[in-house]
Amino acid sequence: MSSQEVTTVATALAKTADAEAGTSVEYAARIEHVSKSFAGPAGQQLVLDDITLDVAPGEFVTLLGASGCGKSTLLNLVAGLDKPSAGGISTDGRPALMFQEHALFPWLTAGKNIELALKLRGVAKADRRSRAEELLQLVRLEGAYGKRVHELSGGMRQRVALARALAQDSRLLLMDEPFAALDAITRDVLHDELTRIWRETNVSVLFVTHNVREAVRLAERVVLLSSRPGRVAREWTVDIPQPRRIEDPAVAELSVEITEQLRGEIRRHGQH
Amino acid sequence: MASTETSAVKDGGATGKADEEEGVRQNADLAGLEAGLDALDTVQTKRTPFRRTFVEKIFPPIVAVALVLVVWQVLVWAEVTDSYKLPAPSAVWDEVQEAWLEGTLLEYIWTSVSRGLLGFLMALVIGTPLGLLVARVKFVRAAIGPILSGLQSLPSVAWVPPAVLWLGLNDSMMYAVILLGAVPSIANGLVSGVDQVPPLFLRAGRTMGATGLRGTWHIVIPAALPGYLAGLKQGWAFSWRSLMAAEIIASSPDLGVGLGQLLENGRTANSMPMVFLAILLILIVGIAIDLLIFSPLERWVLRSRGLLVKS
Repeated sequence: MSSQEVTTVATALAKTADAEAGTSVEYAARIEHVSKSFAGPAGQQLVLDDITLDVAPGEFVTLLGASGCGKSTLLNLVAGLDKPSAGGISTDGRPALMFQEHALFPWLTAGKNIELALKLRGVAKADRRSRAEELLQLVRLEGAYGKRVHELSGGMRQRVALARALAQDSRLLLMDEPFAALDAITRDVLHDELTRIWRETNVSVLFVTHNVREAVRLAERVVLLSSRPGRVAREWTVDIPQPRRIEDPAVAELSVEITEQLRGEIRRHGQH
Repeated sequence: MASTETSAVKDGGATGKADEEEGVRQNADLAGLEAGLDALDTVQTKRTPFRRTFVEKIFPPIVAVALVLVVWQVLVWAEVTDSYKLPAPSAVWDEVQEAWLEGTLLEYIWTSVSRGLLGFLMALVIGTPLGLLVARVKFVRAAIGPILSGLQSLPSVAWVPPAVLWLGLNDSMMYAVILLGAVPSIANGLVSGVDQVPPLFLRAGRTMGATGLRGTWHIVIPAALPGYLAGLKQGWAFSWRSLMAAEIIASSPDLGVGLGQLLENGRTANSMPMVFLAILLILIVGIAIDLLIFSPLERWVLRSRGLLVKS
């Protein structure tokens, strides 16, 4: 990770104590003039162009964009799975990443999946079991410790995946369309859960989606990316009080405005 | 829409206590809703009763074997060929009884099975690290990957003459033939198992800090286990076949009588019942080891991952 100046801060400290003390790092993630290009059939293809974005500690930001805007690419860069072609990314410790697919390991039980994350983080063996139980309780899956992944429903799997991501005890949680494959009812419930857990844990969230209402429902700040190459097109601060509902008129109103802008961005690509 | 009202109330600046109570109520609502969804969605797994297992799994092969015996007996009665070419089932059964009473039956079996299993274990110890190396190190894969797959298609009987010349007529030569037959299967099974590990697992592992050896141990090996087990199963089949080839070709009084040797003895004695007995035993041992060791292991791994689809 040489090109990425990853600032490592001791993550062992309790987050609440940290927030009160106001530690030296004033961001959970700082993305500065990041560009990324891939080798394509027509030479180098620019996917992300000069993205600058900060996520404040405890902030919930959604990255919104149509297909091809490079939002997942940006998330991979922040996660450290790939390196930017230009610019720098700093994060407060190693971020946790949640995928659209649950990515739970089928050879382990739900509880052991969480314990593996704890083990890789260096949590002592004696503490792992109780910590895993706590995290399952946080996502309201008390009875699921010994359950195999295939015995869980889609929504339950994503909750275990969330618990596993939280087990990494990162300051920053990256979410790559984690609810896109779920049915509407389950997704709605998981929005409520995520909001609750975000407020309880004080973790920062960078959430990628192409669903405008989902973005508005969850975020404190919505960042719209344009497509090919991805640039920050516009930002909105959402000050509708939480807990919101996806049907709230205020959510709908802002969604309409953002959708208009998003459609404008997409339309530009048809005019050549 | 109750929710809209609540947020409107909160916008109006409700007192802290009312806010808190509202929060608790909403929390309880959400918990109840979620419990309901979980209950509706949860996949039910149940064990099949023994009766059904018997009817679906055990009964059909019994019928098949009985049918073969009946056809066999009918052919003998019809005298389609000379009796020394096609012995009656009863003649083979007499041969079994005789060997049993002499106490040699188990000896034949044990000589071969102990050789086969020991050889297989050695192949396991060599094939596993070899497979990992080929799967994970690009240079090694490019260098010996194709040779390893090529070796799999080489009939292991081809190794018997060189093994005899190198090592002489002894047990080491048998083990050499087993190893040359089984190691490529085991290594190749592991390689294809590793190749089929979903990239998502590797990415998930990397974000959790499982890289390098830790990644191999915690993610790659367990994820590759189904492919590895399939390789082991095939490795056993190759071990057993190679051993039989070696025993039939390389006979020496010092080696003791295994099943392959028994078959060869039957041929030289012109005793068709003995030949049939040997073939039957070779077949039964092969099936038994698979049924007793590999199939349960494979089923357990697949079932625990939800990969075994029940119709």
